[in-house]
Amino acid sequence: MRRHFKAKVIDNNFAAESFKLITLSPASEVSVPLPGQFYMLESGRSTDPLLKRPFSIFRLNDGCLQFLYRVRGKGTTSIAGFNRGDFINVVGPLGKAYPDPEGPFIAVAGGVGIASLYSLLEKKRGKAMLFYGARNVRELICFEEASKLSAKAFSTTDDGSSGVKGLVTDKLSEFIKNEGRSMPVYACGPHPMLKKVAEIAKHNNLKCYVSLEEHMACGIGACLGCVVKSKSSAVEYEYKRVCKEGPVFDADEVLW
Amino acid sequence: MIAPNLAVDIAGLKLKNPVMTASGTFGYGEEYADYFDLNALGAIVVKGLSITPRTGNPTPRIVETPSGMLNAIGLQNIGVRTFIDEKLPFLRQFDTKVIANFFGDSIEEYAECARMLSDAEGVHALEMNISCPNKQEGWIVFGTDPMTMDKVISVTRKSTALPLIVKLSPNVKDIGQMAKIAENAGADAVSAINTITGMVIDVRKRMPVLANKTGGLSGPAIRPVAVRMVWEVCRAVKIPVIGMGGIMNAEDALQFLIAGARAVAVGTANFINPSAAADVVEGLKLFLQDEGVSDINEIIGTLR
Ligand SMILES: Cc1cc2nc3c(=O)[nH]c(=O)nc-3n(C[C@H](O)[C@H](O)[C@H](O)COP(=O)(O)OP(=O)(O)OC[C@H]3O[C@@H](n4cnc5c(N)ncnc54)[C@H](O)[C@@H]3O)c2cc1C
Ligand SMILES: Cc1cc2nc3c(=O)[nH]c(=O)nc-3n(C[C@H](O)[C@H](O)[C@H](O)COP(=O)(O)O)c2cc1C
Ligand code: FES
Repeated sequence: MRRHFKAKVIDNNFAAESFKLITLSPASEVSVPLPGQFYMLESGRSTDPLLKRPFSIFRLNDGCLQFLYRVRGKGTTSIAGFNRGDFINVVGPLGKAYPDPEGPFIAVAGGVGIASLYSLLEKKRGKAMLFYGARNVRELICFEEASKLSAKAFSTTDDGSSGVKGLVTDKLSEFIKNEGRSMPVYACGPHPMLKKVAEIAKHNNLKCYVSLEEHMACGIGACLGCVVKSKSSAVEYEYKRVCKEGPVFDADEVLW
Repeated sequence: MIAPNLAVDIAGLKLKNPVMTASGTFGYGEEYADYFDLNALGAIVVKGLSITPRTGNPTPRIVETPSGMLNAIGLQNIGVRTFIDEKLPFLRQFDTKVIANFFGDSIEEYAECARMLSDAEGVHALEMNISCPNKQEGWIVFGTDPMTMDKVISVTRKSTALPLIVKLSPNVKDIGQMAKIAENAGADAVSAINTITGMVIDVRKRMPVLANKTGGLSGPAIRPVAVRMVWEVCRAVKIPVIGMGGIMNAEDALQFLIAGARAVAVGTANFINPSAAADVVEGLKLFLQDEGVSDINEIIGTLR
């Protein structure tokens, strides 16, 4: 199965202000992605921007690959400009997926981190306790759909425009304290949030998997640009590649 | 028309075509085996090796720049021993030459590293990365100081019978003169260019973006500089020259060949298109057919 292919842009629409959803139809037969895996998407025809950009698989829909992305800088602005009918180069699926949760699990999404967790919620329908934090209600993308896929769902926003005002990690702590059940935690979001989630999980003796982000050049393990400091039995620490040994890591492996 | 001849000879090293991968952009080869048949390449140059493993620099290690990128990987590698035991057996399956890129932070380390690699079955040539600092001489970069460069090459030369390629740093006043020093010190070939030192500043944080502050610039942004430098090197020495710097396709590769390079290496392009190096081979074939030339050697050094 080819992991480097051309794909036709079926749609590239705004999901919210500064968030877009791109739908791609691969031009050849491709591998089925697992929740937590990612793809490198072409960032335009010219050499500026030059490198592909990494995005988590959001959904597999009718044989099409969907990615939910935030328009931030040069690369994502260029990707936002792709039109229906354009063909773009894609590499993937890449990296390690989330290990399959056997029973109920906790999912913690920060902002666009929902993109990485959404397909896990879909695959494990009704099994997740979802904690989803965003800046405000407009950036709480697909909360309603994600809630329907979950057993329970809580939202938090920085400004209180939806759910509880405050940090998603505070809501998570409170839930774990009250609920007291042992469930694995799956998290994707900004680094400080992941660090906090890992602490909470450790404190409560819960298994925790985090999906990390780093600047990537190749996405396939060759450039050593995307590393994260992790524990090692032999030496003080070692650098692991987010694109190859990750992006999903056991939170215990990471040197936060 | 019969298929044109692409084979070239670099100091006795026979390559089926002049296309290699640039060190540090192709891992140890296996990362790319999923994307194309590695038999398509003239040679694979592996990530720079040292006697003992290196952990490398903190992150961020890379940042994109206009038509290029800066990297400060810090020469992270698994060490010569692990390379020989765990990576070389995989590479031996292919009918593609394996060139081991290596470095050290003292003259003795260079020589020892070359010796260890020379004894390994399946290493066909060595490429010496001299763009590293010398810990015995106040961390001055070997490849930017004529005296240090002469010494490290002369000593390393004596510790290997394999073809020895010296990879030149572009961060010098006169690259032709540095190439001449390498030739006189016993290099069988030279390769150029390594990355050009650069820096990007985050104006909000007022800090360099890279944790290492500076990094090496690569990609299309450096191509015109690389072509000019390779042209100067070709005029300065008689030994074969391997050209690289921003090659994205066959046409870019041809600029280096016409300037006089006997072979080329594809680097940053591998990150954007995992089969870039194989695509360059195909593109060269098409160019020769198009021009009605039957042998790539009739193109090399034909700058008018
Ligand atoms: C495995 C993985 C999966 C990802 N999945 C998604 C996703 O599903 N949806 C989504 O919107 N984004 C995702 N990202 C982040 C996305 O790749 C970056 O936002 C994007 O590359 C920014 O490109 P740009 O050129 O627009 O921004 P730039 O101009 O390059 O940068 C804008 C800002 O983003 C930062 N940045 C750049 N690249 C990254 C990166 N890789 N990780 C973190 N910060 C970065 C820069 O430092 C800068 O502050 C993922 C990243 C990784 C590593
Ligand atoms: C991420 C990265 C890592 C590199 N690592 C090495 C290395 O270990 N040893 C070396 O001699 N050159 C190294 N280089 C330099 C390349 O081999 C090459 O000389 C340079 O990138 C110019 O070619 P390009 O523009 O085609 O990439 C590295 C380059 C990059 C981008
Ligand atoms: S992005 Fe190149 S090694 Fe991970």
